[in-house]
Amino acid sequence: MMVILSWVDRRGVLVLRVSLFITCYNDTLFPKTGQSVVRVLERLGHTVEFPPEQTCCGQMHFNTGYQREALPLMQRMVEIFADAEVVVAPSSSCVALIRDQYLKLAETSGDTVLIKAVKNFVPKVYEFSELLVKKLGVEDVGAYYPHRVTYHASCHLLRGLHAVDIQMRLLRNVRAIELVALEDVEVCCGFGGTFAVKNPDVSAAMLSDKMRAVLNTRAEVCTAGDNSCLMHIEGGLHRLRTGVRTVHLAEILASTEGAEV
Amino acid sequence: MTVRVGHAAEAAKFPIIANTLVDDSQIRKNVRHATDVIQNKRANVVAEQRDWQELRLSASKIKEHTLKYLDRYLEQFETACTRAGGQVHWATDADEANKIILELMQSAMAKHGWAREVIKVKTMTSDEINLNAALEAAGIRPHETDLADMIIQLGDDKPSHIVVPALHKNRTQVREIFSRKMDLPELGDKPQDLTDAARHYLREKFLNVKVGFSGANFLVAETGSVCVVESEGNGRMCLTMPEMLITVAGIEKIIPAAQDLEVFLQLLPRSATGERMNPYNTIWTGVHEGDGPREFHVVLLDNGRTNILADKESRQTLHCIRCGACLNACPVYSRTGGHAYGSIYAGPIGAILTPQLQSMKHSQSLPYASSLCGACYEVCPVRINIPDVLLHLRSKVVERQQDMLAGGANFEGLAMKMAAFAFARPTIYRWGQKFARVAQRLLVRKGYIRWLPGMLGGWTAVRDLKALPQEPFREWWAKREVEKTKAATSV
Repeated sequence: MMVILSWVDRRGVLVLRVSLFITCYNDTLFPKTGQSVVRVLERLGHTVEFPPEQTCCGQMHFNTGYQREALPLMQRMVEIFADAEVVVAPSSSCVALIRDQYLKLAETSGDTVLIKAVKNFVPKVYEFSELLVKKLGVEDVGAYYPHRVTYHASCHLLRGLHAVDIQMRLLRNVRAIELVALEDVEVCCGFGGTFAVKNPDVSAAMLSDKMRAVLNTRAEVCTAGDNSCLMHIEGGLHRLRTGVRTVHLAEILASTEGAEV
Repeated sequence: MTVRVGHAAEAAKFPIIANTLVDDSQIRKNVRHATDVIQNKRANVVAEQRDWQELRLSASKIKEHTLKYLDRYLEQFETACTRAGGQVHWATDADEANKIILELMQSAMAKHGWAREVIKVKTMTSDEINLNAALEAAGIRPHETDLADMIIQLGDDKPSHIVVPALHKNRTQVREIFSRKMDLPELGDKPQDLTDAARHYLREKFLNVKVGFSGANFLVAETGSVCVVESEGNGRMCLTMPEMLITVAGIEKIIPAAQDLEVFLQLLPRSATGERMNPYNTIWTGVHEGDGPREFHVVLLDNGRTNILADKESRQTLHCIRCGACLNACPVYSRTGGHAYGSIYAGPIGAILTPQLQSMKHSQSLPYASSLCGACYEVCPVRINIPDVLLHLRSKVVERQQDMLAGGANFEGLAMKMAAFAFARPTIYRWGQKFARVAQRLLVRKGYIRWLPGMLGGWTAVRDLKALPQEPFREWWAKREVEKTKAATSV
């Protein structure tokens, strides 16, 4: 098999070989988000590859207390992406798990080979907007999105990756977009993974406040860097027939004039 | 050993109590209002402190260091306090602490012929050991003198917040309690009216009751001093007016030296009440002839704390200085109030403290009473990574369940095992995606699922779920690869 590596083209621009970790729920529920990541990266001239053996990073198991079950999933992740130069995922909670918990989890196994592999793997992983702004130095991806949009700061993006500012910069550079600030933008929407089903009433109470804030903006689109939060917010917005839709940030960035995702 | 924090041997499950509380519009409004006010005040005074992050780091390091050498510092405290004329007692659990406290009070009351009453400074630790019930059973009347604690006591209520225990009550409700219990039918509900009533009621106690009781914010090992901070001055009265003073404190309240207060007395008031400094900071050392109580006792309480100390993943829980900032910042707490936590320690810190102090069996729903949003960690003045500790405790809950069932049938456990099995095998995972796509046809109406069975029904109770798309990302990618290869070969 031929392995394509990153290289510098004739203009002296770095052409990156990016390995996409789509994440299990984006793969299954939000393929458009993955397609948008591919579209943006290829538009910027980079190469994307997708290791098909990938499944899940183990977040759901780890965060619900099933750390024993999460360990082999982590092992698979580091093996599958062992040869990757840069790994990108359009999910801050998965990236936060990898960054904050993988090494600790590996250490519980006492497996020195695994620990070494994890240490090698973790610094290669970027959340999608981090890859664009921090690694590639791009803040304007040439997107066009003529809609009234409000942005929700996902908790892991905000407090785990500290990348909300990055996402706002990317959004501000989108042409024709009308950005409206969301009240209490930094307050959790109430998703919290299995929290949404284990504590459905509290989750709903948190959701209703988030929806009120979204509706107050009179936006037609609510965006964020995580489809998990958006799935929850959209679930409530659709139940009440508010006519507001949710769209992952990557899909806005992939949209161009005449070719909206 | 009787370690006790919660209200009963096994707390009602968090989601079940929360279910009623989220529907109580009065509680929602009161809690929301109070936490918003304190949070805003906190944000302002934290923003003006330019070395806030360094202060947090220092506090965390001091606590880490102290816990590492806790045995030494505790003995140093005992020696210094005894030298200054105080007496130190050691209690392994709640019952032992209550027994020591009762014996001390009873013998002094008998010896001096004092009335069987005690005035109390606000102390969570006394609630932890359920001291008031023990005192009442022995015929001693405890009087809470902190305004909020007094509201709780007179209203036969339970605290719902570590710092402002009556925040779930508004002043109309407070007026009702005071007017009933103090027999003041004409009482108004203005802050002035209420504090006047409390002042008259309490002044009489301060002047007559001979025994005072307090908790401690800090115990200084170097000098044997005790520090209590408060806002009303009622604490200062309790600490200085009585003949005898008894203090109960968890062993984690130790700090090495008086100089360390420099760090904590900047962090605590800003985090707790949004003040630059507490209005009353009382620090005392032993007893002094002709000045303050003639007899002074400190009861050092373990009550499960050494178990926490032994667990290196969650040891940081003992850093807590009980400021309550995590409660005010928590989006879960602000929707339920404190009573949902089934323990005197509510909010994020309660969710990690209660199950560790008492037992996992008592409160295994608490580690899950969080969306892991991290707002608690962000505001914590001693940098307790509460989300990490919650995750650690969740794994202990699951381990306990798995041991009990020995791999048997628990729906969640089974589902998690099946998911892990599929995630480890891409072929099965792909078949799972296909199966779900077919199976959902029974449930999808106009592109959305509006009802799901069992535990998943919690989702569809208030939310729709968009139907699974016909083509997962991986299938789209595979097709695209085939087309690319075709295009390349046809050229």
